[in-house]
Amino acid sequence: MWALRGLRHGVLTTRWPARPDEYAAATRGPATVFAPSADGADLARLCPVGAISPDPLRIDKGACILCGRCVAARPDVVGWSAGPAQAAITRTGLVVPAQETEQSLAAVSAGLRARTTALRRSVHLRHVDAGSDGSEEWEILALLNPVYDIHRLGLFFTASPRHADVLLVTGAGGHGMAGPLRETYDAMPHPKVVIAVGTDAVGGGIVSPSYATSGGVGDIVPVDVWLPGSPPSPFAILSALLLALGRLPDALPSPVSGEQR
Amino acid sequence: MTATAGLGSTSADNLTVSWERVAAEVAAGGRLADLFATARGDRILITAQVAARGGMMTIDVLLPPGQHSYPALTPLVRAAFWYEREIHDLFGIVPAGHPRLEPLVLPASGGELPRPGDPRQPAAIWPDPAALPLHVIGPGMFTIPHGPVRSGVVESIEYLVETPGEDIPHLNMRPFYKHRGIEKRFERMHPGDGVLLAERTEGIASVAHAIAYCQALEAIAGTDVPWPAALVRVLHAELERLACHLDVIVRLADGAGLAVATARFGWHKERVLRLTGQLCGSRFGRGVVVPGGVTFPPLLAPARILAAVSELDRQLSPDIRLLLGSASFLDRLRRTGPLPADRAAEHGALGPVGRASASTDDARVARAYGAYSSLGLTVSSRRDGDALARLEVRVDEIESTVHLLRQVADELGEAEPGQLRADCPAADGRALAWAEAPQGEVLYDVCINEGRITRCRSRSASFHNLVLMHEVFAGDILTDFPFIEASFGLSVAGVAG
Repeated sequence: MWALRGLRHGVLTTRWPARPDEYAAATRGPATVFAPSADGADLARLCPVGAISPDPLRIDKGACILCGRCVAARPDVVGWSAGPAQAAITRTGLVVPAQETEQSLAAVSAGLRARTTALRRSVHLRHVDAGSDGSEEWEILALLNPVYDIHRLGLFFTASPRHADVLLVTGAGGHGMAGPLRETYDAMPHPKVVIAVGTDAVGGGIVSPSYATSGGVGDIVPVDVWLPGSPPSPFAILSALLLALGRLPDALPSPVSGEQR
Repeated sequence: MTATAGLGSTSADNLTVSWERVAAEVAAGGRLADLFATARGDRILITAQVAARGGMMTIDVLLPPGQHSYPALTPLVRAAFWYEREIHDLFGIVPAGHPRLEPLVLPASGGELPRPGDPRQPAAIWPDPAALPLHVIGPGMFTIPHGPVRSGVVESIEYLVETPGEDIPHLNMRPFYKHRGIEKRFERMHPGDGVLLAERTEGIASVAHAIAYCQALEAIAGTDVPWPAALVRVLHAELERLACHLDVIVRLADGAGLAVATARFGWHKERVLRLTGQLCGSRFGRGVVVPGGVTFPPLLAPARILAAVSELDRQLSPDIRLLLGSASFLDRLRRTGPLPADRAAEHGALGPVGRASASTDDARVARAYGAYSSLGLTVSSRRDGDALARLEVRVDEIESTVHLLRQVADELGEAEPGQLRADCPAADGRALAWAEAPQGEVLYDVCINEGRITRCRSRSASFHNLVLMHEVFAGDILTDFPFIEASFGLSVAGVAG
């Protein structure tokens, strides 16, 4: 019976990234700057997490929790970033407008590429929750539902860190999880890649500063790909994975720069 | 919406009298809904919330200055078991006579403690594993530590399964790994910002937490939420319930190895999250509920909401019927993880866990708030108390939620377009409010002073219910564990705080 039911609605799976996907294109990401020359003082005061610096107007997408206050107040100056390409390979690459050089980015990118080319088309993922609110786990798990079905891309979740190539870390870096997270990272074979999934993992989000969290997971394990979002959508997570593996159609996001943390 | 202070607030030094009142109310059919502490200068205020007589009673007791111990409530009311351990973790005060005073959310050995309510913010606190006891009791017993990093994409928690082989005579739980210090983080925040943190206290129940938090602020300020805004709140709260219940079904089907059912229900859940995203931009309904109402109307017209809900229902219903006819699946749930009705009643088990064990308590009906007072809703209940009963309650609730969503879409279509957000000034005061999350009742006790939050007690249904996992392994074996955990449907984020 279930077998017949499985055939009832045909293929539900997206073709993205090979083909465009309407829902992927409409995916909402953190707030971004449309009019960089505008005065940002009022917007900076509105932001509950200090993601907006007023002069010159900049938004740190890695701190944005997508509350939408700035977008509602000044839709002419700031707006939502759209589409799955939300991740960056440096922490400072999440600050918009970007003002960094392509050379430094190229160095980081080459370092990442050197590690990931060997992984080819069979990549195993391990997830560790380091103090999330629980929603990021849902969005990562969604990658296994028939709509995203990441097995089609040669991506598989594994229970053992010994088999894992990529570590997806969620949460603000709860102190209780620092040890287990570090142990999981150490147990992974080389080469390995770490993706900070969600604004909490990138910079602590609104739950930090706290006596119990680290303000992001970058202080606990070295992060290669930074993905903001509260939580990031499944398409954004998939895009971050492909960015880490050098398999995005246009491999580099908008120019980012600066020293890597 | 606000607390009915049936017993009022007491300030008696003799705590024993208050505890006897709590015990009497619980014995008379009430339940202990919350127990927490607040630092007030050099004194500690202990607050018990008791659900009884159709409302909530708040019982406050201020301990004398410098007193670091008080007679425990747990020997009289077992439901206080985890609450008093939490108080001990956060304040260091000792509930004398507590049967098992071990660390729960913050194992610390000396040093500074968070002390919610204290205006000082503590420096970083690191959990001390040495503060945790090890338990191996009896001949041939050994402990299987499971977690905090477990297989699969799940939240971090450690289960210590104490077993002689296959049976699970005892289970120990350690949620502290992902303690985030949420309640302390609320303090000194502007009340308008607090809702953003409430949404992230238990991320899969964002809307319910936001509603409960905002209702507390609205009670303090005396604000009435406009009718269309109250409808929009129900719209998002019910979509959240749908997503959470479908998530439980996905996990149960996955545990039983029903690949097609897992895929089908995963698809249904994805479509609920997408519909939520289409309505407000966030797949988890965040950024909608704010003090005084909601930020903006749904981005889809009521007729399109109705069409989407009907379409979902049309495709979901046959899958549910097939699932409830899959014998191999039901065999895994029947008599698995049974929670006896008397224990559920004594503990005051919340949400589907309670209602599968004969409880009929649903805050949407028993203590109706917002638009629920005017919408038609029947409470579903079962008596068996096993994983199957918990699934059946959720299936019933999926049906009633679809019905509610249709009502809301109709009402939104007829509602006069008007204001969606009433003025909700940051007035000083304290209020208690609640909402029925998919996991059960969420409670917020919020205190505002000089326009800032000075104490925000956030009690999730997950915290209240998870302790019952101690008691449901009678006759079950290790391979039943995933079904029992999934059938509880709780979030560790809501437990660890």
